[in-house]
Amino acid sequence: MLPQLPLDNWVNALVSWVYSALGPFCNLVSEFIKTIVTAITNEMTAIPWLVVLVVFSALAFLAGRWKLMIGTAIGLFLVYDLALWNDMMATLVLVILSAFVSVVIGLPIGIWSARSNRVYKLVAPLLDLMQTMPAFVYLVPVLIFFNIGLVPAIFATVVFAMPPVIRLTRLGILHVPTQLVEASRAFGASDRQLLWKVQIPLAMPSIKAGINQTIMLSLSMVVIASMIGAGGLGADVMSALQTINVGKGFEAGISIVILAVILDRISQKLGTGRMRRQTMGGNA
Amino acid sequence: MANFIELKNVTKIFGTRKAQALQLLQRGIGKEEILKQTGATVGVNQVSLTVKQGELFVLMGLSGSGKSTLLRCLNRLVEPTSGLIRIDDTDILSLSKKDLLRFRQTKMAMVFQHFALLPHRTVVENVAFGLELQNVSKADRLRIAREKLSLVGLEEWADYYPEDLSGGMQQRVGLARALANDPDILLMDEAFSALDPLIREDMQTELLQLQHRLHKTVVFITHDLNEALRLGDRIALMKDGQIIQCGTPDDIVSNPANEYVARFVRGVDLTKVLVAADVMKRPSPLLRLKDGPRVALRTLRDAGLSSGFVIDDARTLQGIVSVDALVTAVAEKKLSVSECSLEDVTPVRKDTSLDALLHRIVHSKYPLPVVDDKARLEGLILKSSILEALTSQGGEADAAATSTR
Repeated sequence: MLPQLPLDNWVNALVSWVYSALGPFCNLVSEFIKTIVTAITNEMTAIPWLVVLVVFSALAFLAGRWKLMIGTAIGLFLVYDLALWNDMMATLVLVILSAFVSVVIGLPIGIWSARSNRVYKLVAPLLDLMQTMPAFVYLVPVLIFFNIGLVPAIFATVVFAMPPVIRLTRLGILHVPTQLVEASRAFGASDRQLLWKVQIPLAMPSIKAGINQTIMLSLSMVVIASMIGAGGLGADVMSALQTINVGKGFEAGISIVILAVILDRISQKLGTGRMRRQTMGGNA
Repeated sequence: MANFIELKNVTKIFGTRKAQALQLLQRGIGKEEILKQTGATVGVNQVSLTVKQGELFVLMGLSGSGKSTLLRCLNRLVEPTSGLIRIDDTDILSLSKKDLLRFRQTKMAMVFQHFALLPHRTVVENVAFGLELQNVSKADRLRIAREKLSLVGLEEWADYYPEDLSGGMQQRVGLARALANDPDILLMDEAFSALDPLIREDMQTELLQLQHRLHKTVVFITHDLNEALRLGDRIALMKDGQIIQCGTPDDIVSNPANEYVARFVRGVDLTKVLVAADVMKRPSPLLRLKDGPRVALRTLRDAGLSSGFVIDDARTLQGIVSVDALVTAVAEKKLSVSECSLEDVTPVRKDTSLDALLHRIVHSKYPLPVVDDKARLEGLILKSSILEALTSQGGEADAAATSTR
């Protein structure tokens, strides 16, 4: 009989070795991030709900005029009425923070993998892994390193939400018409100039679609994130499930959906159309 | 004038086994054989040529002849496999990356077939693009860009986006962008090929006028012999990556170097290709012998004509009758056109070549009637219809030349 490959032992050994080497450092990082995120969340929940509602409605008006604005106001009011406001703010902070980290890391990787096929060959299977590996598999070692709480939740969310930014950034840059790239080169553009003055501006719609997708995927992770101590609306869903309180579960669920729709519409619309001429035309 | 651009044995081979392919090429082995043996494609085959300062040099050939590749070797958008390129005493192929960028920014500029304007920038920002790459200050580059725009007559369009402009206007922007860097050399890659014929002619005229004022050295690529003949101080004809013939337009037309060039040149002489039937218009209105003079008179008046062609029942051409003759006939109470005095005309046969007709049509007072074998009237040739045929069929002449490959 074929001897079984002791892959499990190897991974276990690796994890405990990394922990023994980096454990204290990880704890430090974890505490640090937790302090910051908690502070931000506290600040956010301290803002009167009506102010937040007005700000979001104004953003919605800029993105989609009256219809979206009215929908946003009604939706947010409903969440407030359901007494889920603070949980929603916690979730919002988690989502925005995770999306921000995803974009900060994902954008350069996307650009890099557009410019080098070798990098892409390395990145592509990693992206597949990030999107398909069940979250719990990498959550457990992350829990070992960072303890239960916000940090592993952000980590899990970033892992799951980052791939679209990388993929769509790469795609956007590769789809810049070759004749425009050639023309830029003919006029003596350096690699850097080509990237900033031509490729990124022209890839912007695709990059924005990637950012939008990342925000949406971040939201879809909030329930899992709550299992490892992230709090927010996900925690409400979890506790409703544990007590088999379908009504409460639905309330939390619909709040997540409301937040999702608002974030989606605003992040999508603000990125296209009118913005094109204002932001892209003016950067010369 | 000094040689400004000098190419020696410039060769470009695409594929993996370049060294081997190059050896075979230098031994004089053909393109197809090299492809078979090594899988490498020869894009440009040992081209040597010189372009003088201030010359408008046309590289002509059909698609796949290597002319675009050769043009891109000049600014190393395509890296030649071997050979020597000197421009204004600089060895282009030995330039470092940084020097090459500098060289592209200042020495030469390119105009593209499909304009290649940046859609996210306004017209003036597009024109300023080359200067921006040289880190010219914003105020300066926009001022220069506006100057160049007025040179091509588009100053009012400065703040529009390329998509708001027609094709011809976009290419003017492309030209202004190329001129903004004040380059010594303009590389024009099928610059007017995507434009419709009338605009294209305007652009050719404009290029010639600009060239008259600015004296740039221009390397112009085209697949259209008419364009080449019109623009070029000298023309190089390319086929399969090689230069077949290089000379003044007169040389090329009157002393074709070989059969290929001869066919190319012949394909373009439309007056020898077209026959009367190709350019004739439907004859209308026509008068019949049995028509009454009043009816005939009204028909002509309605059409705004002072005379008309008369046919019999078998459509055989009988002659021309004038309004005056008809008026007389009415006064004399004649019953039909057949009783009027008809003017004789000599018709031309359907298959007469345009070449032979030109002289007659120029000197004829009337349109020329075209008849078939049995002297039946088939159509009329007007002066305008010949001009129309000659301009509108320019594109088909290219197709004809293609089929001779």
